[in-house]
Amino acid sequence: MATHAGGLTATTAAVHIRDLHRSFTDESPVLTGLDLDIEAGEFVALLGRSGSGKSTLLRALAGLDQDAFGTGEITVPHQVSVVFQDSRLLPWQRVLSNVVLGLEGGGAKARGKEALAEVGLAGRERAWPRELSGGEQQRVALARSLVREPELLLADEPFGALDALTRIKMHGLLRALYERHRPAVLLVTHDVDEAIVLADRVLVLDAGKVASEVRIELEGHRDPSDPRFAAIRTELLAALGLAGGVEITQEES
Amino acid sequence: MTAVDTETRETGSGASPPASHDEAASGRASKPRGKRRLGPGKAIPFGYLVGPLLLLGIWAWGSAQGWIDPRILSAPWTVAATGWDLWESGRLGPDLLVSARRFALGLTIGVLVGLVLAIASGLSRWGEAIVDGPVQIKRSIPNLALLPLLLLWFGIDERMKIITIVLGVLIPIYIHTHNGLRSIDGRYAELAETLRLSQGAFIGRVVLPGALPGFLLGMRFAVTSSWLSLVVVEQVNATSGIGYMMLLAGTYGQTDIIIVGLVLYALLGLGSDTIVRLIQRRALSWRRTLED
Ligand SMILES: Nc1ncnc2c1ncn2[C@@H]1O[C@H](COP(=O)(O)OP(=O)(O)O)[C@@H](O)[C@H]1O
Ligand SMILES: [Mg+2]
Repeated sequence: MATHAGGLTATTAAVHIRDLHRSFTDESPVLTGLDLDIEAGEFVALLGRSGSGKSTLLRALAGLDQDAFGTGEITVPHQVSVVFQDSRLLPWQRVLSNVVLGLEGGGAKARGKEALAEVGLAGRERAWPRELSGGEQQRVALARSLVREPELLLADEPFGALDALTRIKMHGLLRALYERHRPAVLLVTHDVDEAIVLADRVLVLDAGKVASEVRIELEGHRDPSDPRFAAIRTELLAALGLAGGVEITQEES
Repeated sequence: MTAVDTETRETGSGASPPASHDEAASGRASKPRGKRRLGPGKAIPFGYLVGPLLLLGIWAWGSAQGWIDPRILSAPWTVAATGWDLWESGRLGPDLLVSARRFALGLTIGVLVGLVLAIASGLSRWGEAIVDGPVQIKRSIPNLALLPLLLLWFGIDERMKIITIVLGVLIPIYIHTHNGLRSIDGRYAELAETLRLSQGAFIGRVVLPGALPGFLLGMRFAVTSSWLSLVVVEQVNATSGIGYMMLLAGTYGQTDIIIVGLVLYALLGLGSDTIVRLIQRRALSWRRTLED
């Protein structure tokens, strides 16, 4: 769906980054002149080795990089929501209060309830965060970010702490929520399959820049056993420096 | 409308580690176990009364056996009778009221001042630079040592007594609330920024609830401190109050009246501590600690 927006409406960029530099120490810069555009309503996944600067980029977009220094041009929409790897629910607020945290106006509670229902947690409004499972807590975090109707959703390995089964369910949920609310999404992940299942476009971050990008043009249900899916996976793994898959070598003794 | 996956249970989620592995191995019936193996275990109902009652028992036993000289420590029943007599004759009531009023007033003002100072110093570097030093200095000076000066400044009237109590109370409130504020996880501040919380909402929703455990701990010290200061001011210079009653009894060698005073202090202290603990339990029900 978002793929057709490609050449036609290039002016509706949600994210516009030019020549972004970020570093924490003088010796090893993290981002070195990164360019990136994300269109309104486009779902982009960002892959990269651990330590390649994915979180640094995301935090720059979220305006959370006070402890980094650097230059560059960043344009983001007004309404940005962030989902962290930990659900980051306030333990002393009940679930609904967490969802509507900081929202004003009479309709806030009702909208919060609606958002909780959307993530399948209707009826848990008065639960404490500690009474929820990890997956449920992360769904509350999703509800909290979506109730603000973001134009850009930033998610840093949001399912990284969940078990495989819960993660698959969360993929379905996130994609459904995305189809419904249509924010631009930047999803940071270390899971190649997750990126291919969810995104319209997958980027690989390497040496401080977007080193390669793959547009995912699989219609309908994306099935990891589909040969085209496998081809994309191989391509991405190669970009991540794992050409030919992981070799299991046996030491000669 | 898109149908959204609404399954309600996670299968094998990471939040609660399945406890079934070792249990299957040991062949135990798989019902939820009632008691945690490590940690103090389930709360005993009215458990906090056991220790004091034990002390009372030893005291009563010793007096009945004649091991305790009544001139040194009157028997519990003598003390109870004396207390009743004092109450009947109308001598205890007014003194008790005066003491309770000083306690409540000193505690309330002290808590408010301590809280304001802690927030000012916890949320602003300038506030900390100005407030923290003097509070730490005051902390290292015992109230007893300040008393002569306070007497000179404020005379012997109610004002001086309340101020002494306030000075004792605000220290634990400040220390523990400030510590509670500063140990709030920085990630919550980050969250507040991404949610664009106003300063007011940040203080109301994140800072104060996050510092509440610290504040309530400070409250328990403050309550005790308030009684201690009360004893001091009432014995050094007063013409009313439980402390004055005890002081008077001391000059006439009336051990039983002294003990009545002590028991009253103990009961009031225990009572107010219990109230704070009850508040603690209710206000912190979102937590799961070894306490529960
Ligand atoms: N707050 C920080 N202070 C110092 N170095 C940091 C900080 N955050 C990240 N880094 C460094 O920047 C590099 C990129 O980190 P990060 O963006 O978190 O990587 P990724 O999310 O891709 O795993 C790493 O080498 C990391 O050590
Ligand atoms: Mg990261």
